[in-house]
Amino acid sequence: MSRVVEVADLRVELAGSGLDIVDEVSFGIDAAEIVAVVGESGSGKTTVGAALLGYARHGARIARGSVRVDGVDVLALGPEALRAARGKLVAYVPQDPATALNPAVTIGVQLVEALKAHDECAGQQERRERVRQTLAEVQLPDDDAFLKRLPHQLSGGQKQRVCIAMAVACRPRCIVFDEPTTGLDVTTQAHVLETVRTLCATHGIASVYITHDLAVVATLAHRVLVTYAGRIVEQGPCEAVFTRPRHPYTQRLVAATPHVHVRQVLEGIAGSAPAPRRRPQGCSFAPRCAFAEARCRELEPPLTLVAPGQEVRCVRAEELSITPRASLAVVGESASSPAAAPLVELDNVTAYYGGVAAARDVSFALHAGECLAVVGASGSGKTTIARTIVGLHVDRSGAIRLDGEELPRAAKDRPLAVRQALQFVFQNPYGSLNPRRSVGDIVAMPLRHFAGIRGREALPRVEEALERVSLSPAFAQLYPGQLSGGERQRVALARAMVCEPRILICDEITSALDVSVQASIVRLLERLRAESGLSMLFITHNLALVRALADRVVVMQDGRIVESGDASDVLLRASHSYTQRLLRDTPRLEPLTINQHEVKGAVR
Amino acid sequence: MSAVADAAGRSAPAPATRERTGLPRRVARNRRAQLGVALAGPVVLLALLGPLLAPHAPTVFVGRPFEGPSSSAPLGTDYLGQDVLSRLLWGGRSVLWMSLAATFLGVAVGVWAGLVAGYTRRSIDAAIMGVSDLVLGLPQIVLALLFVSMLGPKLWLIVVLVAAAHAPRVARLTRSVTLEVTRREFVEAAEVLGVGRWRIRIDEVLPNLVTPLAVETGIRLTWSIGMIAAISFLGFGIQPPNADWGLMINENRTGLSVQPWPVVGAVLCISVFAIGVNLIAEGISRTVAGDDGREAP
Repeated sequence: MSRVVEVADLRVELAGSGLDIVDEVSFGIDAAEIVAVVGESGSGKTTVGAALLGYARHGARIARGSVRVDGVDVLALGPEALRAARGKLVAYVPQDPATALNPAVTIGVQLVEALKAHDECAGQQERRERVRQTLAEVQLPDDDAFLKRLPHQLSGGQKQRVCIAMAVACRPRCIVFDEPTTGLDVTTQAHVLETVRTLCATHGIASVYITHDLAVVATLAHRVLVTYAGRIVEQGPCEAVFTRPRHPYTQRLVAATPHVHVRQVLEGIAGSAPAPRRRPQGCSFAPRCAFAEARCRELEPPLTLVAPGQEVRCVRAEELSITPRASLAVVGESASSPAAAPLVELDNVTAYYGGVAAARDVSFALHAGECLAVVGASGSGKTTIARTIVGLHVDRSGAIRLDGEELPRAAKDRPLAVRQALQFVFQNPYGSLNPRRSVGDIVAMPLRHFAGIRGREALPRVEEALERVSLSPAFAQLYPGQLSGGERQRVALARAMVCEPRILICDEITSALDVSVQASIVRLLERLRAESGLSMLFITHNLALVRALADRVVVMQDGRIVESGDASDVLLRASHSYTQRLLRDTPRLEPLTINQHEVKGAVR
Repeated sequence: MSAVADAAGRSAPAPATRERTGLPRRVARNRRAQLGVALAGPVVLLALLGPLLAPHAPTVFVGRPFEGPSSSAPLGTDYLGQDVLSRLLWGGRSVLWMSLAATFLGVAVGVWAGLVAGYTRRSIDAAIMGVSDLVLGLPQIVLALLFVSMLGPKLWLIVVLVAAAHAPRVARLTRSVTLEVTRREFVEAAEVLGVGRWRIRIDEVLPNLVTPLAVETGIRLTWSIGMIAAISFLGFGIQPPNADWGLMINENRTGLSVQPWPVVGAVLCISVFAIGVNLIAEGISRTVAGDDGREAP
């Protein structure tokens, strides 16, 4: 097969200080090949992707190396030639389609614009034809009515397809996909991934797919580059990398990924990827690595070939390949024994938005000490139900009972004990913490409100709460802007836990986080549950997470419950077609389950 | 951002990248703000300490009207033969305190109204914003003059009238920030706990108002200075024989060609003060603008 993209010794650095953001990045992509770039936030994966378009974000510059696409050295192009190359030679699909499309211009005009910019088609007629053809390729309607729509009239998945259509319209040789499915639910994600796969195959497009989700990589990509602290630490064919990950970092990423088939202890990676100015000497991963030795801290290991096509940047790669994966532990199904009386009970709850029912006749019960997952695609009404229970959404009928007592609709009308017992953790840790208040203040807020404890008196309680979510007391002085996403979500959990709740309602609390951070949050939730006998309502669209955490599961579709039961039963023997579709659409790390015997032997 | 785990396995914050410099300190580093302080600072000092340094009392006659500079009157005399320098040194206090009082009263009322309007039932919001639009729609200076001519030239009345001109503008700003902030999830997090509306306004919304209000207060203060000087100039503020910069311009404009110092001195004081305050406001607003993205995820 012909090489389309050839990246050699790429280095991108911060413009002022000359510190490297990424360095020593070399790889190639064949026609029709999909190469995945994976890593946590801050590992430099987006920087690598942008460099393929000859672009470095503000404050950074491409210092060294070459990027050849179809024989053209992208980095050597002048501004005009670069502008012509972007879109025509290398195209880009952004992470957030909502901000990538102009909200005031119709889809049709935006698509035609992309073609006009590159003189791709002669004449209006031909352009229209190409737009229709491209829309059909990404499985969108191609009629005039659709072309006249504005971005806000499309769903998230449709917007992302329009972005993909825009990228494909000019028939580029290479496309960079920057986490295009992060904000989408599994079903939409599965469709988008299928579209990407078909397009790359039919047009022979060499693709770079940036993501932090290994399961997506396993279902989509041919080869994978694992990046850490701006270096490729492991690369090779997906199959090889996921069945025999050699680098400790890759092993930890695999261990952090939840599986639908096996209930397993998820192991997060403590700490986070170091920013350019804080990278240690020697191997960047050494401070977080369980296998680090003295020599790891001295010299940065080179990328060495360990198997055909598989390269690893680790001095202990040979020995570690036979070391059983340290932390992959399969746990038995927890025997859920529903207590006699339910703790929270929903009785035919219907929630309305402006007269339209977002959830209909929802009835389920949450028992003491149990973790109940509510799953469904976006728009299934699962978040509405959570907000209704906690008293944020008041437009509803039906009854919600706590300990058999019917609850008033609005949180403010409920007795203090109820408000204390029911705690809610929001999806987006960037929105749920006040940026102008310190972490200590934020965690102390419920104490002040419920118990009138303020100032110095609250400090021990605040520190204890931070401790419970594995944050050091020093965090109390920081502001949310200084924290990473995972740290913020821990603060949000501390704010909930300081109330000594009996029920914790978690609304997709890991969906904005890296897989490795998600794993540590899940571990934390399990620990909190064990320590405090918490009952938990876990709202999610990620079935693999349900498997890792929940005892029972309720599946919702279009506002109705379509299936419910023990988590293992529902996930292994789904009876409803919708649940089966969700399961089918959930990307999975297949290779690992093939080697299950090996995994099972590796209980720590 | 990197974090290391401490002995207990908790993550500890990495200290170096976590510095957070307060707004005042960053404003102090801004060039415009520095120039603004350099301009407005001396004028404020002049207004505050002037009476202690003045060679004469402001109402003593030291010579004939419109005399040029001499040893007893360094800047000459005004239309009545009073010392121009002494009157300049005495005449700043009223502008200073009145503009400050009017600004802070206006901002306080505006913030109160905006906080209520932005986070309440729709009917109350509509009522507050309706009143505010009505006040905004009337010509401010004409309205002020109308009241002053009806009720007499009382200084507190002028302060209240200028404040009333500011309040709707501040209320609009406060309301728009409040609307935006109260849609965020941390406000819902407080609502879930059953925290009352005023607590949420003060604890959750107000801290997010500090920066836009710092900018707005600077702009409002510039306005106050101009408006109060104008009212004095028109003769509705401080009454003769008291010294006041705005009044001095009016009193001495007939002799401008013979003895320019009283007019020029008063104009200089007022404009340098206003320009300085404006530069500080500008400095704050640019520092805040540079913040965008710092708070964003």
